[in-house]
Formats: sequence, structure tokens, C-alpha cells
Amino acid sequence: MNVFARLLVMILVAIVGDSSLTHAADKLKVVATTADLAAVARAVGGDDVDVTTLARPTEDPHFVDAKPSFIRIVNQADVLIEGGASLEAGWLPPILDSARNSKISPGSPGRVVAAQGIALLEVPTQLDRSMGDVHPQGNPHFMLDPVAAKTVAQTIATAFCAVDHARCTDYQDALGRFRAAIDGKLLAWQTTLAPFKGTKVVTYHKDFDYFAERFGLEVIDTLEPKPGIPPSPTHLTELIPKMRSAHARLILIEPYRERNNPDFVAEHTEARVLVLPAMPDAKDTPDYIALVDSDVRQLAAALGEKPARP
Amino acid sequence: MERAWRRCPFVAAFLVAAMAVEPMTSGGQTSQPDELRQELEEMKEQLRRVQEQMKKQEAIIQKQQVVIDKLTAQKPAAAAVGGAPPPPEQVQAAAAPPTAPAPAPPAPTTEKPREPWSPSQPITLLSGARGYMNISFDALMDFGWSTTANVTAIETGDHDPLQRGFTLPNEEIFLDGAVDPYFKGLADLVFKLDENNNTDVELEEVYLTTTSLPWNLQTKAGQFFSEFGRINQQHPHAWDFVDQPLVIGRMFGPEGLRNPGTRLSWLVPTPFYSEIFLAVQNSQGETAYSFRNSGTEFFGRPPLDRTVRNPGDLLYVPRLVASFDLTDSQTLVTGASGAFAPNDSGTSTRTQIYGGDLYWKWKPSWQAGGFPFLAFQTEALGRRFEAGPVGGAAPLPSQALYDWGIYSQLLYGFTQRWVAGVRADWVSSNANGLPPADRLAGRFRWSPNLTFYPTEFSKIRLQYNYDHGKTIPNGDDSSVWMQVEFLLGSHAAHKF
Repeated sequence: MNVFARLLVMILVAIVGDSSLTHAADKLKVVATTADLAAVARAVGGDDVDVTTLARPTEDPHFVDAKPSFIRIVNQADVLIEGGASLEAGWLPPILDSARNSKISPGSPGRVVAAQGIALLEVPTQLDRSMGDVHPQGNPHFMLDPVAAKTVAQTIATAFCAVDHARCTDYQDALGRFRAAIDGKLLAWQTTLAPFKGTKVVTYHKDFDYFAERFGLEVIDTLEPKPGIPPSPTHLTELIPKMRSAHARLILIEPYRERNNPDFVAEHTEARVLVLPAMPDAKDTPDYIALVDSDVRQLAAALGEKPARP
Repeated sequence: MERAWRRCPFVAAFLVAAMAVEPMTSGGQTSQPDELRQELEEMKEQLRRVQEQMKKQEAIIQKQQVVIDKLTAQKPAAAAVGGAPPPPEQVQAAAAPPTAPAPAPPAPTTEKPREPWSPSQPITLLSGARGYMNISFDALMDFGWSTTANVTAIETGDHDPLQRGFTLPNEEIFLDGAVDPYFKGLADLVFKLDENNNTDVELEEVYLTTTSLPWNLQTKAGQFFSEFGRINQQHPHAWDFVDQPLVIGRMFGPEGLRNPGTRLSWLVPTPFYSEIFLAVQNSQGETAYSFRNSGTEFFGRPPLDRTVRNPGDLLYVPRLVASFDLTDSQTLVTGASGAFAPNDSGTSTRTQIYGGDLYWKWKPSWQAGGFPFLAFQTEALGRRFEAGPVGGAAPLPSQALYDWGIYSQLLYGFTQRWVAGVRADWVSSNANGLPPADRLAGRFRWSPNLTFYPTEFSKIRLQYNYDHGKTIPNGDDSSVWMQVEFLLGSHAAHKF
């Protein structure tokens, strides 16, 4: 017990000595589970907020480790933004339990569930795990749809206003600018991709469904036989003829996916593999609009090329 | 908004124009500048009109959304109990673009109508955000063989394989959820079959946790696994091996350290994660194995049945844990724990158990499905046992006895769904020769294993154990165990 008492004293001394914690900046502390949500939060919050992202932009957002350091980050948050629709169900709950932060408890103004207000696709009418890891509330990968992002920005701005009344006009102004920027870009994006309307594509996971719907692509199947189940030989042998007869042009995959199966399928069909980031990355795509811009450009470039095997 | 495209033919015209203009502008060929300028003006005008139309449509959609939200809010409870989610179709139809890129039909009536509920449809227990309680059932099944016929001579846990052939050591019903704005509740009811196929029931854990205490405090009350080290807090289905480590069996017995009590924890406001726990629990019974455990004879001392005379006779379990992110993909967790309470070998004898634990995990920034990863975990425990004096024919003095042990394990998730592991176990003591000496004699074990996780809801594991030590029949033993798990219902997320 003596040892513990000593450690306690040492830690207390450390805390008192650490001025960065006791005199935190006046900014709203915002924690976003994924980088896409963080990007929208930055667009709305600007310099008034300090946004921390939990999941790394390059990793599979379903399978993030509930690292203890997240507990401390969430503990100090004024606002927590999660995707919702069970996207983070595998790792966020234990963090929230340990973080003991009532500002972000469910239903509090500081708790933002981005999926609220979004009309989710693929809501199952029946829950049955033999169909794979189907999220009961619907497909949670809606952030690549710029119209959904506008709604999310609205949701975030509402939360920022509720938590931080004083700077509400800032947030509303930034929201207006973000929405206008999206509106301005949307038509250009749709114009860029208009020639490819109806193009049939295959994705690895159901990550690009909203994006495809928005820009007129048709996702005919996934490499995964069922959500969350890795590609199986049986499924691929069925998928390849299906893609051939449908003249599927692209296999869209996220950067963290393995390449063996996509490459194998590409070899046996006229489709190409296109790695399309679903998350903004500090280097190439610093914000949300840059991300969609880059994805649209890459898509148009890939579709503009001739099919691999006409 | 997408409907705007269909309803307004000029949009299509605009697009064609835009496409026609695109190559010219990018190519820098402006042979007919005036015409082009005029076209641009037209396009601007069209764009303005399209945007206006889009705004109008969005306003309508938002109004519809409000109405829909109100309607769905009025009847979610009734709908949820019946197993049917609130109808999302209208919402989808209103706000989302239609699924098919087919140009003709103006109204999105292609949505599949929801099938009406029929009595033959299975009733689905809802989980997650839809119910007041998460419910799950987890079953562990073991099958295997050992060179000794007496498996309990090599395995130390109640949730380990118990015999050659088949064992169902841990079938648990797990319930949890928010009680109200102040508490979360959890219950874990375990069923298991013993060697004679009788069903044992255990109220393994039942506790509530506070959710809104100030100053980063949190309390727990009920029956719970003491927060000592890492393995002791985990339920068998979360273990990385078929059986519990030997040192855990030595210190905490077949059931682990858990008893009714209360626990206070403080999340320390350090820049890194650190937390201090202090549990006060009852100190008797086989779930307080090294303490007032009247069922087990220690070091030749027949147990007395001591009562609680003062608060010092309760069990105290302090723990300090800290974690550091070494790099973007490496995390370290270290902890120190203690457990202090009286034991039953004398009228004023006590036991102290100390433990240190370390966990390191590497998971690269490009992980998919949680793979690949590499994880190292080790726990070392030492026990000081004050043994009371024994008179009579075989007198024993009052003495302090020590024993200790360690396990280390390395797990490598080498490809999606596959994990290879190896664990080394070692225990020893200075109590050799005291009856029943064999229980605390030195032992060693090697356990390589391979686990296949079809999904997070099932696993198939194959493990080999090589056991060596005086207490092992014939000095050493080889055993092979296969373990199968399935989980129904909601899957509680695992702690790090």
C-alpha cells in the first residue's frame, strides 16, 4: 500500500507541474472517431475547435483497437462525433465506459451521431447473422456522399452551437460556407462523372454504395461474399463470370485492403483495380472537399481509359 | 435532389453542353470566342436555376424529414418490440437518390415494400441501440486428449478442459445495458457441465457501474472479477488460450479472484492514460482462493473458519495501470496490482499477493479486419502466505511461505482471421516438502496454439500443451485440445 501512496503523490506532482492540462486553450475539444468526420468538424469549427481523430485514416474503421490513450482523449472531450450505425460498435463502447465524461453521454448535446438525419441504405428488414455482419441500422459508410456530408455538417454545427453558444454565429457561418462549397463542387463532380453514368463496378466491402449512388455508378457486387467475410474462391468463381457479362469496369477498394483477390479478379475480367481512399489524409487530401475531389478525379481518369480487355 | 436531374430536361442539355465545352477549354482552342462566351452565360444561368431548384427540393426534403422523424418517434417502442425496424423506406425515398440509374420513372416507387410480419418469422432479439438491454449467449466447447487420464492433475481452472473427450466448461448468458442516467448494469450467468454431466450454475458477475460521478471517479458494486492484472478480469471466451495460466490457478484458484464488494477507480489526469483502482471485497470462499478459503488446505494447515472481526479482514485489491502509445502502431500497457486479506491457516494470519503485468501490441496503420497484429503479454505474480502454527502429532511452526510464477505469451495475427500463439508458463515456491507439497511444487508448460476466427462470433482453436513437473503424472504430459466457440446476440467490444 505504501508503494501505491508514493506513486499517487508522484502523479499528483506531475499533474500540478503540467500546465498544459490545467490551462487548456479556449478551444472546443472535439473528438471524432474517423478522419472523415474530423474533416467536416474542422470545416465547421475552424479555429474555434481542436479536433482529435481516434482511428488512423489508413485503417479499417470497423476494427480499431480501443487503445487506453483514447480513454484519456475522450475523457477531456467537449464534443464526441461518431459515425453511428454500429460502425464503431467493436471498439468505442469500452472507451466511453472508462472515459466517464457526462458531456458526451448518449443524448447529451456534446454527443454527435453522424448517422442521425441520414437516410441509411440497406437497412435490413430482418436481422440474421448468417447474412454476414450486416449493421442493424443500415450501411454506415455514407460519408463519401457529399450531400450526406452536408447533413452531417449541419448536425455538427447544431451540436457546436448547443455546447458553445458564444461562437454559434462562427459555426453557422462556417457551415454556410461548407455547404456552399459542396453545392458549388457537386455539380462539377457530377458533370465530371456524368459520362460514366450507369457504369458497373464491384467494391471490396459495402464502402462505396452512397458514393456510387450519388454519382450514378452501379455496384453490382462485392468481393466479400457477405459483409465482413473475406473473399472466398467459391464466391470469386461466381463473381468473375458475372462481372464479365455485366462488363464491370472497376474494382473499387480502400487503401488498407489486401491486393491478391482484387488483382486476381481484375486479371480475369475487364475491370481494373482502383484504390480509392474513403478518408481524408493530411498529406494529399487535407480536407473533405479535397478528398471527394481527388476520388472523383481518380475515378474519372480510370474510367476514361479504355477497358483492360475490350 | 437527384430527381431534379430527371425533371428538368435542360439539365441534360446543360451537361451535354458542358461536356462539349470541356475538351475545348482544356485544349485551349477558342476558335469562336463570342459563341463560347454566350454559351457560358447560358450555362451560368442554367446553373443558377439548377441550384435554386436544388435548394427548393432540399427544403422540401428537410420538411419531410421532420415529419418523418416525428412520426417514427411516436411509434418506435411498439415497432422495436415486434422485431421490425421503423420503416426507413419513406425516408430513403425522400432524401436518397434512387437505386437504379434508369432514366424514365419520375417517382421512386421502385423501393421494395417491407414485408409484413408473419407468425412464422423468427423473433429477433434486438441489440445495440434498439433495445434497453444487450443480450448474448456464448458457448465454449473443448475436445481433446492427454497422456494422463487425470486431466485435472494438469489443468488448474474450472473453465479449462476437465477430462479426456468433451467438456463444456463455460456457457454464459451475458446481459448488460444502461440502467438509468446514473448506472450501467451487467450480469453474467455461467452454466457448465461437470465430469458427470451435471449442470453447475454460477452467478459469475453481477454489478453496476456509475456513469456520472464527478472528478473522474467511477464506482462498481456487486460481484465482480477483481481488477488484478489482465487475465483475472477476462472472461474465458476472451482468453487467447484454451486454459488459464498456471500462475493464475495457483494464486486465484479454479474460479479466479472475484467476490461481492465495491470498487472505486480514478482516471488520473496525466497526459497519458493512467488509472488507479481500489476494490474492497469479501475475503472468503473459493473465489478468494488464497484468503479465507475454508475449503482448501494450505501448506499442511487445516483451515479455520475465521469470521470478519474488523474492516481489515476484508479483501483489498489496489491496482495502478498506465498506457503509452510508443508509436502510431505500438501501444504498451503496464500495471501493478496487489491483493491483501487474511487467510484461514491461523487466527491472525494474512496473505499478500503482488503482481506486475505488461502488454505490448503492434497493429500497423493499414490493418484490415483487425489484422495483422503482434501482441505480447506477460504477468508475474508472487504470494506471501503467513501460515499459522499447527500442534498435535505433526506440529508446524508459524512461518511465512513464498511462491511465485510467471506466464508470457506472444500472439501473431499473421493474416486475416488467423492467429498463431505460444505461451510459456512457470511456477515455483519455497514450500517444497510441506504437505500437500505437490500442490505447490515447481511446474513448467509450453503451449503453442492456432486459432481461426470465421467471424468475431465464432472461433476454432487447436492447442498443444507440454507439461513438466513433479506434480504431473509420470513427470511430464502432452495434451492436445480443440476449442470451438459461438456467440449469439450482441458482441460486447473487447477492452484493449
